[in-house]
Amino acid sequence: MKIITIDDSSTMRRIIKNTLKRIGYGDEILEAGDGKEALEVLENNDVDLIITDWNMPVMDGLAFVKKIRSDSKYDDTPIIMVTTEAAKEDIITALKAGVNNYIVKPFTPDVLKEKIETVLGKKD
Amino acid sequence: MPKLSVEWINPFIEATENIIGTVAMVKITRGKLTLKEDSAVEYDVSGIIGITGEAVGSIALSFPKKTALAIVTNFTGEEAMGIDNDTIDAIGELTNMVAGSAKKIFSDKGIKLKISIPNVVVGKNHTIVSPKGTPSIVIPFESDVGELAIQVSLKPGN
Ligand SMILES: [Mg+2]
Repeated sequence: MKIITIDDSSTMRRIIKNTLKRIGYGDEILEAGDGKEALEVLENNDVDLIITDWNMPVMDGLAFVKKIRSDSKYDDTPIIMVTTEAAKEDIITALKAGVNNYIVKPFTPDVLKEKIETVLGKKD
Repeated sequence: MPKLSVEWINPFIEATENIIGTVAMVKITRGKLTLKEDSAVEYDVSGIIGITGEAVGSIALSFPKKTALAIVTNFTGEEAMGIDNDTIDAIGELTNMVAGSAKKIFSDKGIKLKISIPNVVVGKNHTIVSPKGTPSIVIPFESDVGELAIQVSLKPGN
């Protein structure tokens, strides 16, 4: 299980990495500080799950999701957006762009675990 | 919204109390509002986020060093030793969460705002000056780990 976490805040990347380790998804975690950096990382790496922030400089999460969904290699890789953007219209915008699930910061480890299991189809 | 009425301030107060309470597990209590023509918060580190949309301006979260380190330590689960890059990043992200939470409260009232990427200012007794014509208000808070304040500067957008 290879996961990439994309967030402009190194604090958030650390918190997400530590949380992933704690809930059993810590095998291999890649990182990127914005959408553009993430595209570069993904060019040379295959991942099973993408966890991305929305508000980032250079290329934000929404632009990144649109870009990655137009790539046949990643058109069905699960994407979870973890963001402070909690307004209903924002969530709808993100889902329309191709995000599979949505977490509003701050989040608990249980919520992250549940959302991961949902997008991986592990929940019954 | 000529004078920054309570309706424009309360969502930021609520968001600050919520976020600091949730991520840093610190209960903060609101102090007395100070209206400021040319606002001047005197603290050691501030996270600032620009606001656009139906209102234009900024929200700043300001801390003395002691409060910042205690809150960041609780937030990240790792002891913050000083106002270093990690602490600065964490203050920026906390400010992001507060602004995002306030944005959601406004959105539920039908008011649409956009928020920028956070900037963090570090410096002993720095001040945050709002553009001329933008009303600014400082709301101080008390907590077990020290004081902090938010500064809301907003004027009507388009
Ligand atoms: Mg961000």
